[in-house]
Amino acid sequence: MFLSKKNRETLLGPLSKNNPVVVQILGICSALAVTAKLEPAFVMAVSVTAVVAFSNVIISLLRNTIPNNIRIIVQLVVVAALVIIVDQILKAYVYDVSKQLSVFVGLIITNCILMGRLEAYAMGNGPWESFLDGIGNGIGYGMILIIIAFFRELLGNGTLFGYHVIPQSFYDMGYQNNGLMILPPMALIVVGCIIWVHRSFNKDLQDK
Amino acid sequence: MNGLKKYIDKIKPNFEPGGKYSKLRSVFEGFETFLFVPNTTSKSGVHIHDAIDSKRTMSVVVIALIPALLFGMYNVGYQHYLAIGDMSAGFWMMFLYGFLAVLPKIVVSYVVGLGIEFIGAQIRGHEIQEGFLVTGMLIPMIVPVDTPLWMIAVATAFSVIFAKEIFGGTGMNIFNVALITRAFLFFAYPSKMSGDAVFVRTSDTFGIGAGNVVEGFSGATPLGQIATHVPGTDMVLTDTLGNTLSTWDMFFGLIPGSIGETSTLAILIGAVILLATGIANWRIVLSVFVGGYVMASIAHIFATPTYPGSLLTPLDHLCLGGFAFAAVFMATDPVTASRTTLGKYIYGFLIGVITIIIRLYNNGYPEGAMLAVLLMNVFAPLIDYFVVEANIKNRLKRLKQGGRVNE
Repeated sequence: MFLSKKNRETLLGPLSKNNPVVVQILGICSALAVTAKLEPAFVMAVSVTAVVAFSNVIISLLRNTIPNNIRIIVQLVVVAALVIIVDQILKAYVYDVSKQLSVFVGLIITNCILMGRLEAYAMGNGPWESFLDGIGNGIGYGMILIIIAFFRELLGNGTLFGYHVIPQSFYDMGYQNNGLMILPPMALIVVGCIIWVHRSFNKDLQDK
Repeated sequence: MNGLKKYIDKIKPNFEPGGKYSKLRSVFEGFETFLFVPNTTSKSGVHIHDAIDSKRTMSVVVIALIPALLFGMYNVGYQHYLAIGDMSAGFWMMFLYGFLAVLPKIVVSYVVGLGIEFIGAQIRGHEIQEGFLVTGMLIPMIVPVDTPLWMIAVATAFSVIFAKEIFGGTGMNIFNVALITRAFLFFAYPSKMSGDAVFVRTSDTFGIGAGNVVEGFSGATPLGQIATHVPGTDMVLTDTLGNTLSTWDMFFGLIPGSIGETSTLAILIGAVILLATGIANWRIVLSVFVGGYVMASIAHIFATPTYPGSLLTPLDHLCLGGFAFAAVFMATDPVTASRTTLGKYIYGFLIGVITIIIRLYNNGYPEGAMLAVLLMNVFAPLIDYFVVEANIKNRLKRLKQGGRVNE
C-alpha cells in the first residue's frame, strides 16, 4: 500500500469501526429520506462524499488563518458553496434524480457529518490527511445509505436501480411488494438492523 | 393429573444443568409451568401469594376470546354461502367452512410467533414467556378472511421481533403486539387489508362450498360503504346482497368484517368473562365506550353529508368495525395501558374519541380503532406521569394546610 499506517486508518476507520451512521449515529435524517430507491441514494452518497472531501481540504488549507471565534461561519460558507456547485451539477446532468432528492441536496449543509469532520479533523490536520478522512467518512456514510436503499427498493418495489429483479412468477403465486418498506419508519428499522448486525460482529462497540 | 405430575417429576432431572437435554431446559420449564402452578415462592420480604400468574391470566383471555372466535368462524361461512346464494347449506356446513378457513391462520400465527419466542428463549437462556398465547389468538381474529397465510407469517414475525423481543419480551412492550401485526399488514399490503374483495371469501375452502357469486353481491363492510359513499345519495348501510342493516344486525354481527370482530354480542360475552374474573379493567372498557359514544354523538349533532359517517347514530358506531373488539381485548392489555386509576379513565376515553374521529373525518382510514389504540399506547406512560405528579402536588398542598397526608 502507498499509504502510511496512520493514513490508512484515517481512510478505512470510518467504513466500519468508526462509521458515521451506525457508530456515531450522524446523518440519520438524510439516511431515512433518500433511501426509498437505490439511484437517489447512490447519487446522494457520491454528493456527500465529494462535499466532505473537498470542504475538508479547503478548511484544512485555511485552518491557520481562520479566526477561532468565526470558524463556524467560515466552515458554513465553504460547505454552502460546495453544495451549490454539487446541486447545479446534479440539475445539469441527472435532472430526474435531482428532483427526487429535492431539498435534501441543499440540506447536505446541515448534515452533522460535515460539520463534525471539519471541526474534529480538518481544523487540526493537513490537507492530504483531511482529504482521506473526508473520502473515508463519505464512503462510510454512502455505504450505509446504499445498504438501506438496497433492502427498501428490493422489498418495497421489487426492483434494483429501477430494473425488475423479482420474477413475475413470484407475483403470479401471490407475492406482493411490501408497501411499508417505502415509508420512512422502515428505514429507521433497517438502520437499527444494520447497527444490530454490526455490533454483534464488533463486540467492543457494545454498551455494557 | 397425578400421573402427569409424576411423569414430569421423573423426566425433570434430564433438563437440569448437566442433564441429557439441559439445552432444552427453557422449553421444559415452559410446559411444566403451563400445566402446573410452580411451587417456587419469594423467600424474603412481605408478599401476597396468589395462584394467578401470567400463564393463568393469558388462559382466561383466550377463553374469553372463544365466543367471538366461534361466532367469527360461523360468520365466515354464513357470508360465503350468502354470497354464492346457497342458503340451504345449514348451520354446521357454514361453521365447517368458516372453521377450515380460519384454522390455518391460527396455526400459522401460533407456529411463527411461538417459534420465534422458543428460539429467542433458547438463545438467551431465558424461560419461555407466555405473552404470545393471547397475541397468537388475537392476530387471526383481526384480519380479513382472505389475507394470505404468508402475509400473516411475515407480519407476525415482524411484530414479535420488533414490537416485543427488541423491548425485552412479554411485559416490556410499548405497543400492543397484535395491533402492530395488523398495522404492518395494513400499511405493507393495503390491497389485502381493505376494500371490498377481502372481507368475504367467495372461492371454496379445501373444496368445500364451491359456487358462483350471485348477482348484486358487494363484499364491502359497513365502514367500507361509508368510506366509498357518494355524496348526495342516501346513507343506507346494507349487507352484501343490498338488504338494509338495522342496529340489531350490526350488534348481532352477521355482517362482513374482520374474522372475530363483527359480533358485538359475542365480544360482550367475552367481556363478561374478563370482567367477572378481574383480568380486564372495567374502567378502561367503560371509558372507551363512553368516549366513543360522546364523540359519535357530537359528530351526529353536527352531521354533514361531507362526512357520511356522521349521519349514523352513535349506537351504530359502537357496534360497527373493530370498536367493541378494541375496547374489550386491545385497550385492556395491562402491559400497554395506563396503570393509574384516573389514568385508565383518560386513556380509555381518548381511545374512544380518537377512534371515532379517525373513522369519521379521515377519508384514508375507514376504521380508526387500531390506530387509536396504538396512539394511546404511546401516551399511556405520559398520562400516568401527570396523574402521579398531580397526586403528589395535591398531597403537598394538604400537608401545607396542616391536614393529614395519608388519606
